Amino acid sequence: MTRQMTGAEMVVQALIDQGVEHLFGYPGGAVLPIYDELFQQDKIQHILVRQEGGAGHSAEGYARSTGKVGVALVTSGPGATNMVTPLTDALMDSIPMVCITGQVATHLIGSDAFQEADTVGITRPCTKHNWLVKDVNDLGRILHEAFYVARSGRPGPVVVDIPKDVQFATGTYEGPSHVEHKTYRPQVEGDQAAILAAVEMIAKAKKPIFYTGGGVINSGPEASALLREFAHLTGFPVTSTLMGLGAFPATDKQWLGMLGMHGTYEANNAVHDCDVMVNIGARFDDRITGRLDAFSPGSKKIHIDIDPSSINKNVRVDIGIIGDVAHVLKAMLAAWKSAGHKPDKAALKSWWGEIDRWRARNSLGFRQSSETILPQHAIRTLYERTRGKDVYISTEVGQHQMWAAQYFGFDEPNRWMTSGGLGTMGYGLPAAIGAQTAHRDALCIDIAGDASILMNIQELSTAIQHELPVKVFILNNQYMGMVRQWQQLLHGNRLSHSYTDSLPDFVKLAEAYGATGMRCEKASELEGAIDAMISAKGPVLFDCRVANLANCFPMIPSGKAHNEMLLPEDATDEVIANAIDKAGRALV
Amino acid sequence: MQPGSVYAIKEGKDKTEQHTLSVLVDNEPGVLARVIGLFSGRGYNIESLTVSETEHEKHRSRITVVTTGSAQVIEQIKAQLERMVPVHRVIDLTVTGKAIERELLLIKVRGAGDDRVEALRLADAFRARVIDATTESFVFELTGRTDKLDQFIVLMQPLGLVEVSRTGVAAITRGPAAT
Repeated sequence: MTRQMTGAEMVVQALIDQGVEHLFGYPGGAVLPIYDELFQQDKIQHILVRQEGGAGHSAEGYARSTGKVGVALVTSGPGATNMVTPLTDALMDSIPMVCITGQVATHLIGSDAFQEADTVGITRPCTKHNWLVKDVNDLGRILHEAFYVARSGRPGPVVVDIPKDVQFATGTYEGPSHVEHKTYRPQVEGDQAAILAAVEMIAKAKKPIFYTGGGVINSGPEASALLREFAHLTGFPVTSTLMGLGAFPATDKQWLGMLGMHGTYEANNAVHDCDVMVNIGARFDDRITGRLDAFSPGSKKIHIDIDPSSINKNVRVDIGIIGDVAHVLKAMLAAWKSAGHKPDKAALKSWWGEIDRWRARNSLGFRQSSETILPQHAIRTLYERTRGKDVYISTEVGQHQMWAAQYFGFDEPNRWMTSGGLGTMGYGLPAAIGAQTAHRDALCIDIAGDASILMNIQELSTAIQHELPVKVFILNNQYMGMVRQWQQLLHGNRLSHSYTDSLPDFVKLAEAYGATGMRCEKASELEGAIDAMISAKGPVLFDCRVANLANCFPMIPSGKAHNEMLLPEDATDEVIANAIDKAGRALV
Repeated sequence: MQPGSVYAIKEGKDKTEQHTLSVLVDNEPGVLARVIGLFSGRGYNIESLTVSETEHEKHRSRITVVTTGSAQVIEQIKAQLERMVPVHRVIDLTVTGKAIERELLLIKVRGAGDDRVEALRLADAFRARVIDATTESFVFELTGRTDKLDQFIVLMQPLGLVEVSRTGVAAITRGPAAT
């Protein structure tokens, strides 16, 4: 399909042709022609954010909760530079996003024009790819290519920078039908020989573990279904990274909980002692591996990843399989069945015996005894009161994020949105807005900290305007809790600037925005308060006052191995002060 | 035990290798910045980098990069290059067999008397061409492997070397087949 139209019309047409229904953005001089086109149509709903970064994180939350490409539209200069954090965030967490930026007119590029920034230069290292469109006749093709690149292979963010004169110019629009990319054709089917070898290795395993990651989520719901089938067929234990939570049900008896720095005792010990590790769509991130020379030292490793550069990047593996998780798991299951493999039942029984002994340590145990709410108890209660509901959870970054990962159980993929790789404070509220935009009737909750929520609090106004009833559940301990925890661990308890003085009254703040504000300070009132939050009509800021000095355990202190975890009952002040040795202090 | 650690970085433990990579790319704006940004952003070395359009109709360029690193780092560099959107192919010429590598040097030497005669004699021995001459200077053009050029520069040093310009390495495989 080719048609004559202006560049601005092409943008809207291309979005419609790509099936885009929602767009997050903020207008400005260099995107006015596109906004004029948006005004004259009703197929795409535009969500007006309050800062461009909010548009980016909302697009991420939208993408993560739907599996579709998230779309953001911002102006040139500061509009584009405000997008740098969400773009980097999406790149680290493999989130498909198309960001359209306005640019000054082509003849002004390089003249330091008003609101000019070298957007493609600035965003080159934080996108999967980017384009500056100089000819309106290229615009249609580039936009469709952008969607293709964003969602294909390892998903990621892309930027299309469109000068204002190109938006006004008239040219030929090219539809999405013939996008066969010249160079970018990622491999989705795994190598059959490697798959057979992997299945062989899995069948012989005596102490196996599935270590799964965000790649399972990105591969789509079928990948999660196949993972469950394979796990149940083999009876192997399953652990997951932060990004992969929900791919395997937290209520399943084969689930060990999250692994890594704040993972469970059983997951980390199983990872340390296993003889065959099957990494499915995870990338051996340093929060997972800790000290590499002590990471799962005795195991054979299989790694399934769609990105060839992930294989052997941090950890050398025995079998690397490049491909999409769903495709590879399907082939593995077929190979497993046709070879008539059976897991080694006797070996597995004794392996589960070991795991059960680690489980018995109850590394996530806590005692809610007084009226002061423990943060762990707050998350656990939130989980229990929302069970059975259509729930989407996002988080900010810090202690509350780890507690959410530890104490909130996810049984389905795409229900959990968190900034894993980049660790972006301020992610959660806009991400919840993105998820709520896609799932109008669902319960979208941002689990936040008192410091993080202030980083993008202005987006509450977005939620009000667009009638998106997001709930913000703030674990308020009046500290940047994770910063403080590390200062206790590393810096002699000198709490340099980690106390959040002059916090606003969150109830009044909510009311100032036109939202509902709630506060809960007593454990005995928590359930009722959470129920009231859930049943409230519009957006809610919930100020949950928790024990100020609670810390996040269990923990692998930096520089230590997975079998040297710090458990909550052992974490006395003295142990905390000496947990990290000199070599470990240089690490983050 | 696993090699290499993000935590305890074991400097200099792995043997460093030098590889010449041929990277076929779409000649779109910014492609060179992308490749260079990858190297600087991830801390890889560039010993030499040469780029030029090689197939005009197809808008294709060939970037020749000489890089150093441990075997693991070299594998990473190739994988990182290969996953870039405008990259068609990455060929490791050091692995695929004996490739031919050449570099071009332009060197200006100023002198008189014996130095001038000696410079000319050495240029002859190295098969360098005189491409500019005045009564007190020469510009020589010399092609060859990098070490040959290095050696020539060292020899010119005491004979009045003024300045040097070199292209970086271009490389191609031997035999009839395309890479």
